[in-house]
Amino acid sequence: MQTTLDQTKARALRGTIRIESAVKVYGNPQNGVVAVDHCSLECPPGEISMVVGPSGCGKTTLLNAIAGFHSLTSGAIYLDDEMLCGPGKPKADPGSDRIVVFQNGALFPWKTNIENVIFGPVMQGKLAVKEAKDKARTMMAEAGLSGIENDYPGQISSGVRRRVEIVRALMNDPKVLLLDEPYRALDSLTKSVMHESLLETCYRNRITVFFITHDLEEAIFLGDQVVIMTSRPCRTKKLLKIDLPHPRDYSIVTSRRFRELMDETMDAVHEEAMKAFELGEREG
Amino acid sequence: MASDAEMGAMDRHRAQGPSAAPDASTSFGGYRMQIETALYHFKNWLRSPRPYLMVLGFILLIGFWWLSVEVWKLPRFAGMPGPTAVVREWLSREPMFGLSFYTPDYYVHILTSLQRVFIAFVLSTVIGIPLGLVIGWSRTAREYIFPVLEMLRPIPALAWVPLAILMFKSSEGPVIFLTFLPAFFATTLNSMLGVHSIDESYFRAADCLGASRWQVFRHIVVPGALPFVFTGLEISIGLAWFSLVAGEMIAGEYGLGYVIYTSYTMVSYPTIVIGMITLGVVGYVSSSIIRSVGVFLMGWRTRELGLGGQ
Repeated sequence: MQTTLDQTKARALRGTIRIESAVKVYGNPQNGVVAVDHCSLECPPGEISMVVGPSGCGKTTLLNAIAGFHSLTSGAIYLDDEMLCGPGKPKADPGSDRIVVFQNGALFPWKTNIENVIFGPVMQGKLAVKEAKDKARTMMAEAGLSGIENDYPGQISSGVRRRVEIVRALMNDPKVLLLDEPYRALDSLTKSVMHESLLETCYRNRITVFFITHDLEEAIFLGDQVVIMTSRPCRTKKLLKIDLPHPRDYSIVTSRRFRELMDETMDAVHEEAMKAFELGEREG
Repeated sequence: MASDAEMGAMDRHRAQGPSAAPDASTSFGGYRMQIETALYHFKNWLRSPRPYLMVLGFILLIGFWWLSVEVWKLPRFAGMPGPTAVVREWLSREPMFGLSFYTPDYYVHILTSLQRVFIAFVLSTVIGIPLGLVIGWSRTAREYIFPVLEMLRPIPALAWVPLAILMFKSSEGPVIFLTFLPAFFATTLNSMLGVHSIDESYFRAADCLGASRWQVFRHIVVPGALPFVFTGLEISIGLAWFSLVAGEMIAGEYGLGYVIYTSYTMVSYPTIVIGMITLGVVGYVSSSIIRSVGVFLMGWRTRELGLGGQ
């Protein structure tokens, strides 16, 4: 199994995210709320990095900075060798090399599923509508999403909507997928199906994934590494390499190694959760 | 999973793997399907108590009118035209006060009013929607325009009458201007609110997917604001009829507002009611048309609301 991992790494030489002492202060720089405090982190190419921390700890702030929705107060973020934001350029430009899958989903409800999927390449003028539709049909079929192309997102279940959204992202051949608790609103049965389908997608596309969650089991099941964040201000508290063999399926959740990893991370996460609770941070 | 057509919609959506084959019957694009759905809903409507309640509502209103004017002759109601008087006048081939279903003038009045409302409504839509969308979308435009609009908006159409007469030379100009104004404010404001109602994540997703500023406007702002825009148009056509009457009372030789006002001065009371009811019916029909256009254009929304979560 170790060979599979090595192959994965060899093929995916692109898509390293490097965050160097990122700081984000909301409001007045002198006495505002410090959301992220000198946070450094590296997400290796083609791997799934799970970012775990209590709600409202500043994980999303970090993701927004990578995606280019927000500026950083100081520090830098690199994608491979390119500086996304850093000294002299506080805010990254949003781009189709880093695509976000949102917590509540952001498929355009006024477009059919296939129109959503082809949106990226067609807007950028990379593909004509017809070519894009052909490609979309193939990719949707690969993801098990045939038959819903001409439905609207409102007609399909929320789990399927997430998968369509991931296909919409993959159509752009991004280096990085940024997922912000995408499965938070799903029931646990649907969630487990989503997890396996996401892993399959990652095996197929060799893509770097930056995945925010507060579900420890989800983090260990999906992740190649789990980064535990401190409660606000957000900083890396503990980085754990997950050595569970690939490809994974849900049977490993009951394995001894999985339990050991859970134990190893549980204390750290619990401590931060308690801190956040005492601070009375609101959900967000 | 072999026979996809046999699977329920739910199962199909949960289907795993590439074995789920395309299923033509799930395409909602066909007009036949839409007509069938409409017929189905219509039949259900007829079977439900709702249409009879609607009829009952009208019967109660007319019954109260009839009793209070013609039977009980309540103190202040005695001089008013009763329903039988109005209906007799309305259906008469030789109406006592000159206006009924059989007189060409009746239709000239309706058409004149319709034409004025139509012109004012089209103008308010053509100017109001783009203006509202731009104010909603661009912060700079909002800073310039919004405070001015908010200052002008509370001024009622009637207060514009003197200026309208001074501004426009023709007799049609002031009437159309007065009809246009409130409709325009309603459309603009609702279009702006429509843009504000769009979830921020749609804009972010479009940014991620590499859409240009104009593409965001075309593919996110316009369709996203559409539900509010149509609410605005429904309000706007109502307001147009509303202020049309004010306009027609000051100017013109024709129009339903003119009919109502001159009938009062000429003491032809049944004609007043004929004018009022006609105005109500024409106004109701025009709002319904706008609503149907909206429903047709926003098929995605009806489906989302009707089939939400599935």
